[in-house]
Amino acid sequence: MAEKIKLINDDGLRTDGRKPDELRPIRIEAGVLANADGSAYLEWGANKVLVAVYGPREAQPKYLQDPMKAIVQVNYNMAAFSSEERVRPGPNRRATEISKITAEALENVIITNNFPRASIDVFIEVLEADAGTRCAGLTAAAVAVADAGIPMTDLVAACAVGKADGQLLLDLGKKEDNFGEADMPIGIAPRTGDIVLLQMDGDMTQEEMRKALRMGMDASRKIHELQTDALRRRYAVNFADMDDGEAVQ
Amino acid sequence: MKRNIIPEIKKELIYRLAQRECREDDRPLLAYREMNFAINPISTAEGSARVQLGKTDVLVGVKVQPGEPYPDKPDEGVLMTGCELKPMAHPSFETGAPSDDSVEIARVVDRGIRESNMIDMKKLCIEPGKKIWIVNLDIQVIDYDGNLFDSATIASLLALHQATVPASRFGLGDDFRMPASSWPVTATFVKIKDIIMADPTMTEELSADARLTISIDDGGHVRAMQKGLKGSLTYDEVSRAVDTAQKLTLDIRSRLISGE
Repeated sequence: MAEKIKLINDDGLRTDGRKPDELRPIRIEAGVLANADGSAYLEWGANKVLVAVYGPREAQPKYLQDPMKAIVQVNYNMAAFSSEERVRPGPNRRATEISKITAEALENVIITNNFPRASIDVFIEVLEADAGTRCAGLTAAAVAVADAGIPMTDLVAACAVGKADGQLLLDLGKKEDNFGEADMPIGIAPRTGDIVLLQMDGDMTQEEMRKALRMGMDASRKIHELQTDALRRRYAVNFADMDDGEAVQ
Repeated sequence: MKRNIIPEIKKELIYRLAQRECREDDRPLLAYREMNFAINPISTAEGSARVQLGKTDVLVGVKVQPGEPYPDKPDEGVLMTGCELKPMAHPSFETGAPSDDSVEIARVVDRGIRESNMIDMKKLCIEPGKKIWIVNLDIQVIDYDGNLFDSATIASLLALHQATVPASRFGLGDDFRMPASSWPVTATFVKIKDIIMADPTMTEELSADARLTISIDDGGHVRAMQKGLKGSLTYDEVSRAVDTAQKLTLDIRSRLISGE
């Protein structure tokens, strides 16, 4: 890299025209697969993520079973064609780590005590990747778990905050991720504001870190509205439209 | 997979002690255990270190060999970090493919080192686009009593700072010191119900709801973070932890630099 790429222009806008605290467009749909118990499809900027959820079903193999509660297993996978360079199929260390922290974040809100010896299996398939796939995957996974009818105390909404050209930026795009100075994925349980996923790499002062955390938490609340909206579109019944015309409160 | 569990009554004890700001080993909540380290215990490695943090015992060895660069960084060396959790360290560890836990430890240690630019990767280029030095950082846990994140990071920093690049062995000129400059030390905390403690033992880790590792560089900047376990943290808890991490890593760093 002979020349440093300019990520913020003179008007304070980013390479894709966004303001520093602006999210990319996000679209979420719940219940998109026929065979899965729950599913969700999410487009977040150019990210495309599909999530399938099975369970609660008997945990197999048996030694995985927890006699007190259900286990939550996540498989995060990037499709071979999801990136500019082909992704070699199969597990790798990055996917293993993302699967682990995603499972831990989801387990925070799933009422696992209701289902001893069971497993809740979440399959996250990144079809097209454009930075921020772990947050996109977790956000979609929470909707898919809800779509499966699995009892939860809350959803989980996630968003990354980064730093480029010395400025904090919400929801890093690909270029900002590659050439920026820091990246901090944040996932919260929106009802309480509890942080259930937190990672960071790069270089931030303590004050920047605190400000970034606030930005990510605020954005996650907005994403939460899109999640509940997706579930409402799937399940809400407009009683006025029912055949007998009787509105039920 | 053998599950590592402790009795509920033990967890209750740990929490009740913590409520009175006590711990099983009589430490304050935010204090580290006694740390001992040995530098270069392994003569076949290019650099090595063994760190004992209480009863946790970690050995890290650095091996350096020539290899091919990544296409996107043709003039930079490569750092590869691995972690082995073997049965010798604890009965819950098993042989075979690396577990999720060991992958996470290796990646978090790697992230702290990589993101701080502690190693000048450009100085590990032999011939741009063709040949570079590959630095293999291998973490071997000898005895496990909690907080592998910090003990493995500390041992890795010591091993890297001691390491020599064995150029003459490969007919590539004179040996030279690993271009390592700073000390990105991590501090790890666990949260048990509503109480935060630093440098958890194994029983404290097994009682914990959430875990947070923070990497701080020489200038006090945050370089990497990793939250673990299924519990949650509040904004204030994270904010305070970063503050405490700064103080704790300052002490550890000065000990590592003095080499005593």
